[in-house]
Amino acid sequence: MNKVTYGLILGGILGIFDGLTSWFTPAVRPQLMGIVLGSTFKGLLAGVLIGIFARKVHSRGLGVLFGLGVGLLFAFFIAYMQRNYYVQIMVPGGLVGLIVGYATQKYGDSSTASASRT
Amino acid sequence: MNWLSDKAIARLRSASAEPDFAGTRYRLIERIASGGMGSVYLAEDATLGRSVAIKILDVPDSSGELAARLQREAHILASLEHPGIVPVHDAGTLADGRVFYAMKFVEGERLDRFSERESTLPGRLRIFQRICDTVAFAHTRGVLHRDLKPENIMTGPFGEVLVMDWGIAKILRANRIATPAEMPREQPRDDSGTLAAVLSLAPLETAHGAVLGTPGYMAPEQARGDVERLDERADIYSLGAILQFLIAARAHGTQTTPRVLTAIARKAMDADPAGRYASASELGQDIARYVDGLPVLAYPENVLQKVGRWGARYRLAIVLVLTYLVLRALLIFWFRR
Repeated sequence: MNKVTYGLILGGILGIFDGLTSWFTPAVRPQLMGIVLGSTFKGLLAGVLIGIFARKVHSRGLGVLFGLGVGLLFAFFIAYMQRNYYVQIMVPGGLVGLIVGYATQKYGDSSTASASRT
Repeated sequence: MNWLSDKAIARLRSASAEPDFAGTRYRLIERIASGGMGSVYLAEDATLGRSVAIKILDVPDSSGELAARLQREAHILASLEHPGIVPVHDAGTLADGRVFYAMKFVEGERLDRFSERESTLPGRLRIFQRICDTVAFAHTRGVLHRDLKPENIMTGPFGEVLVMDWGIAKILRANRIATPAEMPREQPRDDSGTLAAVLSLAPLETAHGAVLGTPGYMAPEQARGDVERLDERADIYSLGAILQFLIAARAHGTQTTPRVLTAIARKAMDADPAGRYASASELGQDIARYVDGLPVLAYPENVLQKVGRWGARYRLAIVLVLTYLVLRALLIFWFRR
């Protein structure tokens, strides 16, 4: 499995869980479905970007930092749109990015990129 | 009168047995191996200034069966151009009638010795896959090795894996290898011991009932001397025995042998050729599937084993998702406090 696919799948799975945990916040429970879809899309997009970064930059530290940054940034946009729950949205979002950043640096095959270049 | 010492006699005997390369481009350096058919010497190619390995008969036998076998081996090697098969540079006959051929000098060690050092299973399986690739290539060219064993595999310092000693190889489909009649007309054909002259011999057939091979690595049908019914699956049996050797050598340590690998070796070594892998590629692919954590042909799994393999394959992803969930639960608890 290449790094981009790995990032996409892991980002998507964590995104689903990230959305589902909003159930524990009673105030937003009615919008649960929209939140799950939004956070899944956010996870998929972040996963792809982090996977592309991992394919180009082989550094676990930079990968984790990039993942954290992308996760925080995407979560910030969502929190900004809601104008509320900045910490509750950004901390888990950053955590998702950090985990995907670490995983795509450690695992996933980057040979697909070199094969397609030849 | 002074009697010669035993040492001196042994030295004289050894010197007289050494081949005389006078009149050729080779300068003998030392004997590096010897077998039933002949010996292999390290020599220097004076023309090109490089080291070569020369396989030569121990006794002059330019018209006998041994000479024919050596010439045939050179012919087969020259026909099989593959990174896993040692290339032949030259062949000829010495003044004393001994037939020889020169090949690339491979610096490395035999698989049986290499396996004493290489303790990791993935490292051994990588080597095994390369052997399967080489044997599969030879099979596509219609050649059976018939003597595959760890002693006939060389591993080089840069990851090379070479299948050696094609002395008793069998040509299954002669049309796949250029016979002397098919050789291009511009090839030199003379009687002075050049490659073309040496190779211009009809392929040698092994008589039905003759047993050639190594016990323990020989397929049952090969051990019975059932030469006419031998096919690629005889080599697959030997590959299974090599795999068993590699995993058993590893098991001498503290680690246990994975059941899946044992099942793969068993399938390759099935007493019935029909029960074995259909090709060396198929065997190599099953090993690749095992390495990648995928199901293999030789080992039908139950549901629990499937789940276990899936868990082992995606262990990191599972650990990361669980880590996330634990941290997320802690965050929820902390925000609700």
